[in-house]
Amino acid sequence: PHPPLTPFPPALLQDIRNTVGNIPMEWYQDFPHIGYNLEGKKIYKPIRNKDELDMFLEKMENPDYWRTVQDKMTGADIKLTDEQVDLVHRLQKGQFGDVHFNPYEPAVDFFTHEVMIHPVTNRPADKRSFIPSLIEKEKVSKLVHAIKMGWIKPRKPKDDTPTYYDLWAHEDPNSILGRHKMHVPAPKMKLPGHEESYNPPPEYLLSEEEKLAWEQQEPAERKLNFVPQQYQCLRAVPAYSRFIHERFERCLDLYLCPRQRKMRVNVDPEDLIPKLPKPRDLQPFPTTQALVYRGHTSLVRCLSISPSGQWLVSGSDDCTVRFWEVCTARCMKTLPVGGVVKSIAWNPNPTICLVAICVEQSVLLVNPCLGDKLLYGATDQLLESYVAPEEERVQPVQWETATMEEHSKGVRLVVQHSKAVKQVTWHGKGDYFASVVSDNSNMQVLIHQSSKRWSQNPFRKSKGLVQRVLFHPTRPYFFVATQRYVRVYNLLKQELTKKLMTNCKWVSSMAIHPGGDNIICGSYDSKLAWFDLDLSTRPYQLLRHHKKALRGVAFHKHYPLFASGSDDGTVIVCHGMVYNDLLQNPLLVPVKVLKGHVITLDLGVLDVLFHPTQPWVFSSGADSTIRLYT
Amino acid sequence: RRLCILKGIYPHEPKHKKKVNKGSTAPRTFYLLKDIKFLLHEPIVNKFREYKVFVRKLRKAYGKSEWSTVDRLKDNKPTYKLDHIVKERYPTFIDALRDLDDALSMCFLFSTFPRTGKCHVQTIQLCRRLAVEFLNYIIASRSLRKVFLSIKGIYYQAEVFGQPITWITPYTFAHDHPTDVDYRVMATFTEFYTTLLGFVNFRLYQSLNLLYPPKIDGQTDAELKPAEGKEYAMDSESYLEKLSALSASLARVVAPTHEDEVEMDEFPVEGETAEQMDTRKKEQEALEKHKKLFEGLRFFLNREVPREPLAFIIRCFGGQVSWEKSLCIGATYDVNDPSITHQIVDRPRVEKQVVGRYYLQPQWVFDSVNAKLCLPIADYFPGVLLPPHLSPFVTEQEGDYVPPEKLKLLAMQRGENPDEESEEEDEEAEEAEDDNDKEEEEEEEDESEKEEEMKLKKMEEEKTQSNKVLPVKVTAGKLRLEDKQRLEQEQQSEEKRLAIMMMKKREKYLYKKIMFGKKRKVREANKLAAKRKAHDTAVKEERKKSKKARRA
Repeated sequence: PHPPLTPFPPALLQDIRNTVGNIPMEWYQDFPHIGYNLEGKKIYKPIRNKDELDMFLEKMENPDYWRTVQDKMTGADIKLTDEQVDLVHRLQKGQFGDVHFNPYEPAVDFFTHEVMIHPVTNRPADKRSFIPSLIEKEKVSKLVHAIKMGWIKPRKPKDDTPTYYDLWAHEDPNSILGRHKMHVPAPKMKLPGHEESYNPPPEYLLSEEEKLAWEQQEPAERKLNFVPQQYQCLRAVPAYSRFIHERFERCLDLYLCPRQRKMRVNVDPEDLIPKLPKPRDLQPFPTTQALVYRGHTSLVRCLSISPSGQWLVSGSDDCTVRFWEVCTARCMKTLPVGGVVKSIAWNPNPTICLVAICVEQSVLLVNPCLGDKLLYGATDQLLESYVAPEEERVQPVQWETATMEEHSKGVRLVVQHSKAVKQVTWHGKGDYFASVVSDNSNMQVLIHQSSKRWSQNPFRKSKGLVQRVLFHPTRPYFFVATQRYVRVYNLLKQELTKKLMTNCKWVSSMAIHPGGDNIICGSYDSKLAWFDLDLSTRPYQLLRHHKKALRGVAFHKHYPLFASGSDDGTVIVCHGMVYNDLLQNPLLVPVKVLKGHVITLDLGVLDVLFHPTQPWVFSSGADSTIRLYT
Repeated sequence: RRLCILKGIYPHEPKHKKKVNKGSTAPRTFYLLKDIKFLLHEPIVNKFREYKVFVRKLRKAYGKSEWSTVDRLKDNKPTYKLDHIVKERYPTFIDALRDLDDALSMCFLFSTFPRTGKCHVQTIQLCRRLAVEFLNYIIASRSLRKVFLSIKGIYYQAEVFGQPITWITPYTFAHDHPTDVDYRVMATFTEFYTTLLGFVNFRLYQSLNLLYPPKIDGQTDAELKPAEGKEYAMDSESYLEKLSALSASLARVVAPTHEDEVEMDEFPVEGETAEQMDTRKKEQEALEKHKKLFEGLRFFLNREVPREPLAFIIRCFGGQVSWEKSLCIGATYDVNDPSITHQIVDRPRVEKQVVGRYYLQPQWVFDSVNAKLCLPIADYFPGVLLPPHLSPFVTEQEGDYVPPEKLKLLAMQRGENPDEESEEEDEEAEEAEDDNDKEEEEEEEDESEKEEEMKLKKMEEEKTQSNKVLPVKVTAGKLRLEDKQRLEQEQQSEEKRLAIMMMKKREKYLYKKIMFGKKRKVREANKLAAKRKAHDTAVKEERKKSKKARRA
């Protein structure tokens, strides 16, 4: 019974109902018409030329303005009738639209709580309401069966023990299992230091660059996992944002970190230092630099000293050999040899005055003509007394007598090798000498006899690049150092007696104790190996005193001293006491570090040499000087 | 994983890593086979399985909307207990106490979590209850020793049965929950820890003859009861609140007698000299004194002060404490109570001051506890720049850097009073405005530092010696003297160096490592000292400048 919501004013006779249907009228916003009537003609929008002012005026003047509504479908203004306004009011109040509708009609009870004597319906009761239900029976039997089978259990009795009780009421020691003894308890959290305080002393606060460094570090390698901060008072302290993180990390540590008992080394570092005899008690040994021999213009590669200890000879890269007087540092003689001097060796026999010099492919035997005239005269005579054998033997080298010109300089014999010669060394008797040729064949080592001008090649096979060779001072042994091993040959039996492992990468130098039972090897990997030949083929001790490659090692003839020179410009003198008692191991004590040489071209000390009688040590360096330490 | 956490199984580092890992050196974690077998024997494994089945059934029932089944299942929800695991992991009570650190920290953290998401509300409530119970025990036994306000939270250290127990509580702010944290792991830990803490609490309460669960002492209880009923609907909740107020003492099973006051009999231990006895006795006395630090003092906490930690600390040392009624229940007296001796204030200015009480900043309480004596209050007035708060956990060893404040504190503990002297001197210096005086003062502060520096110098000399240029002196005689000493020193150091050269490789490595560690320590100490000095001079300059400005 609702009245039509948009009644047309009766004044309009023609039917202008719009046929566009239920569409949003905005679609016609931009068109002059707003739809079509029943005949299909356009319905035009009423011409609206009212502006704001007109609207206002109308609002002021028209008493029915409040009840004028625009019909969206037609665009026409409609004045609502009284009934319509009434309806709107009622709807606004939430009342029923129909005035005559009574929502509070008296209720009619169909059923009452009072039991009536007659049934409500007249239908007779079913049979099934009088017999037991089959479905229920089935259900019950199922349940009974389930109970019988133990599928349904009676409700568990409530556990009424208190949640907390005295768990450790009776502690029995038996309950401590092996597990607990093996158990590694988790370490406790580190206790906070001053820097974690909310108001730390000012020195614990990080400066700007420290803060920057802290930020750039990986979170794992930071020393503190927070930035120390200072707050003026307690109320200014904010919450720590990583608190949960830290607790979580602790949890992870507790159950994911492998635990291990770590034995902390608890030693006094001073106890680690071995107790050695004081160097003062081990005197004499060279302590200070006494003399500097200047004259060479390039690296001084090699040194040698006369058996009397009066003369020193040095070979250098400036193609000269110089003879010096030891006590005065005076250069007695300069011998230009026309090539780099690789090695030099003074004949150890005091009755022969002869120096072997390696120059390129030849070994020169030079009579320096220094000292006792009788002595060097005798040497010359000895050399001249040589008589060539009848039959010419095949030799690996050529022996030549020096020319007149050379003779005047002092050169007596020239041993021409096929390749460049690296090293020359004399036998203790002063007749034989050995030379090392830089070659890969079996011709690397040659042994020469100066009196017979005769050479031989002792080895049939090459066993690697030979670095050094050495004669045993008293017995017929011959030491050959290759890169990693030192082989000891018996010259009489012509066999290999020993092979020493040096444990170094590249042996550079070798020296033998005058007693003949100990040798030392210096190596380019800055190690010095001391061998006791009686003990084993491995080093008795490996000393790592130098910081750079060792170039030269030397033993003293009489004093228990040995020295090593290295590229770091130092000469280290060690006390190396060898006891006659075979049961007592040698005693090695470093006694002095001698400095003085200037490092040039990354080379420091190239050769070291002891004075035959005095506890003095000579060293030749890359700074083209020779220094004497006394 | 959960089992590992509960049973405390941790991986081991194998002796031969390569062998175990079949030749590869990739990092892997290894558990002992024995441990894993041990885990399999655990009865709780079956319980877990049951629970899993229960969850599955429940889900199914929900899916089929069989509500009766759901009810039945929920009724028969399987439960498990961790009691036996606790007992197994900690066969003795002392063992349990030793491992209580993490448990406490975790409980305190969980008790501050919000009641939504992340973890079960029951867990949070349980944690809160246990934490409060533990705090109450600490108060009752007065076993708190050290407190420390760090930027992370508040550290407490208590001594229970001779075991130091340290825990940290976060500041009471809302947590911003990080996303990269696995809360399930934490919850598993907490599950175990709550069980452990509950049993420990029970035992602790028993040891003090206190009722467990704790009851507030009779008469106060009766007074508080009616007031509570109106404000709080739930009785249990209000009860916990009251307990957490920490203001009331706890009921005892046996009424406290004077047993505690009885002097302990002294049993002289054989082989212990009289001196040792004396020191022990002294320590005992100091401890007793420390326990009664705030005895007889009445504190009032202002609104802006963190109530719980302060109330806890003050009560631990025998003080009485109250706060505003609107802040929390359990306030015992009012602001206007004339008997209040200290009021803790954390704001720059106090509007109306009552005569007869000290207004102090909260740091005073913490510092006093750590110093084991009531510190002079002058430094802690509201609005004053506070002295640095030092960590009580640091014990300086020989050669470590000691901040000057700590030195002052130590002196104060010994009974001297360097504070006044230095202050006086300070004033004098200011009056005179003489640089020399200031230096003197500085010297006084840095005496020990200087000693250290001397030591360091010596060490360094030993290290670098020889190459050093001799200091040029005018008098010849003196120079020679120096020379001799120097020579000797040089010789010694050279000997040492030569000896070091002869060390074996392994020993040398060790030696170098140790020496490196020592040097680093020295370096750090030096750095701190230098920083402090720079800071002090800067401050002094500032002061001077401001003074000049004031004069001009």
